[in-house]
Amino acid sequence: MATEQRTIAATGNGIVAEAYRQIEPDVICAYPITPQTTIVEEFAKFVAAGKVTTEFVTVESEHSSMSACIGSSSAGARTFTATSSQGLALMYEELFVASGLRLPIVMVNANRALSAPINIHGDHSDVMGARDTGWVILFAESAQEAYDQTIIAPRIAEANLLPVMPTLDGFITTHAIARAQVVDDAVVKDFVGTWKPEHALLDREPIMVGGFANLGNTYMKIKAAQRVAADGALASIKTIADEWAAITGRPYDHVEGYGLEDADLVIVILGSAAGNARTVARDLRASGRKVGIVKLRTYRPFPTAELAAALSRAKAVAIMDRSDSFGSFAGPLALDTMAALYAHDLHPQIRRYIYGLGGADVKLEYFRHVYDDLEASLSGAADPGLTYLGID
Amino acid sequence: MSATLTEIRWHARAGQGAVTAAKLVAESALYEDKYLQAMPEYGPERTGAPLKAYTRVSTEPIEVCNNIEHPDVVIVLDETLLKVEDVAEGMNPEGAVIINTMRTPEELRADELSALPSSVTLATVDASGIAVDTIGRDIPNTPIVGALSKVRPIVAPDSIKGQLVKTFGKKFAQEMIDANLASVDRAYEEVRSE
Repeated sequence: MATEQRTIAATGNGIVAEAYRQIEPDVICAYPITPQTTIVEEFAKFVAAGKVTTEFVTVESEHSSMSACIGSSSAGARTFTATSSQGLALMYEELFVASGLRLPIVMVNANRALSAPINIHGDHSDVMGARDTGWVILFAESAQEAYDQTIIAPRIAEANLLPVMPTLDGFITTHAIARAQVVDDAVVKDFVGTWKPEHALLDREPIMVGGFANLGNTYMKIKAAQRVAADGALASIKTIADEWAAITGRPYDHVEGYGLEDADLVIVILGSAAGNARTVARDLRASGRKVGIVKLRTYRPFPTAELAAALSRAKAVAIMDRSDSFGSFAGPLALDTMAALYAHDLHPQIRRYIYGLGGADVKLEYFRHVYDDLEASLSGAADPGLTYLGID
Repeated sequence: MSATLTEIRWHARAGQGAVTAAKLVAESALYEDKYLQAMPEYGPERTGAPLKAYTRVSTEPIEVCNNIEHPDVVIVLDETLLKVEDVAEGMNPEGAVIINTMRTPEELRADELSALPSSVTLATVDASGIAVDTIGRDIPNTPIVGALSKVRPIVAPDSIKGQLVKTFGKKFAQEMIDANLASVDRAYEEVRSE
């Protein structure tokens, strides 16, 4: 039985700030950057108004923001921040420190393009640069999903001792107003509980954080343990998300499909554009075409088996990336998807696309075009190679 | 698009409050238990530069998040834009265009909007004049929402006014709230539709 909820009209950032307020972390260390700014700006107002007891630490850069988060989390505080784009890139070395030290920091990322040329709009270039940093990475299609994934994030982080990055698409989701449901503060507080680490810098029994592991294979053993933790997080995320779903009535699956019961042609996608793809798939299905989509909500750890199962009966698969991995065979999502297919001995026709970079509008006709390409692939059309959509 | 979805495209110059109006319509829809979406097309923030904003209102959940290319309603807050861009581009041939101007629909059809299909409803309202009279400043965004609710009943005037009270209630004096409410009513009454 789902709990009573309030229906509101809110921007993605507004609802993430609301989730932060409800969670009320011990510490937030943050630096503003478009299009994330309004999250920490709104939260700073909550602090100023005395609505939260969170210690709000302002810093001079994102590198410092993540450094301060690492110190705070090492000290045992439930620690949050938020960032985007160049800010996430500036944190790069610190991202590995956070995960290597197994610190359960939560950082919402407003997915945005990277310079150059300068562009403030939404794509996945920033977050994909963090995909190998050891953070758990979640993607929201909507403001509602951004809210839900933000609330489950500290539980995932603390259960697995891994930092978690819930993401939503810059401007498209962060700044658009949408309808969403929020639960009572008390329900959130009860769900997230309080955080008491087993070991912390401020314990009475002193510990050392960030030791030297240069000799022998200590370093490799620690990395192997990190690999086990990352793999294990997949089941843990699902358990925690299911617990939240029982409260809200909104299910969470690592891999969410549409039309897969009979789809021959399937699009794999992340984030806000999934709604556009689903809209086109629904229209085409109404006219009898066997098409479907797969949206991933969990990206790291990568739900390899779940994705392969979702694609097991597809005859042709299009993987749509909102960032490029320049010089590689395909974009990052396509590389991961193809690895999952190979590992499960599945061999559908594959088509690779890059779309929506720098906030380029994701037109519905693109998806119709992609389904047509998939259809053609089944009658022997040659693979045109990696294709950028909408550049004329 | 499903029949329950209405898509609105706003044409304005930065500083006229089009983004606020796009959001006002969306938020008002919540009073009627509808689904909603509003977003600006973000660009460099230069006062006076042309901008577009979008509103979607539906009785069903809204999944799409792309720009609106085939609007059911086009709202133009600055009539000088009619010489700069084709505001009706791609629009629903059975749709409506609402323009902030002192001119009548007939005058516009004889001038900048001579190519507008006759199947499109053209409506005009002096939203700037109403704003100056009621609010005291040329901020045509609130009155034009009142005109919208007359031309296409996407959201009722009471829903708009309820949302205005909610939004402005925290920030402004009662006098300012009343002025905004009055501007909605006046535009609702004064809009000239074909």
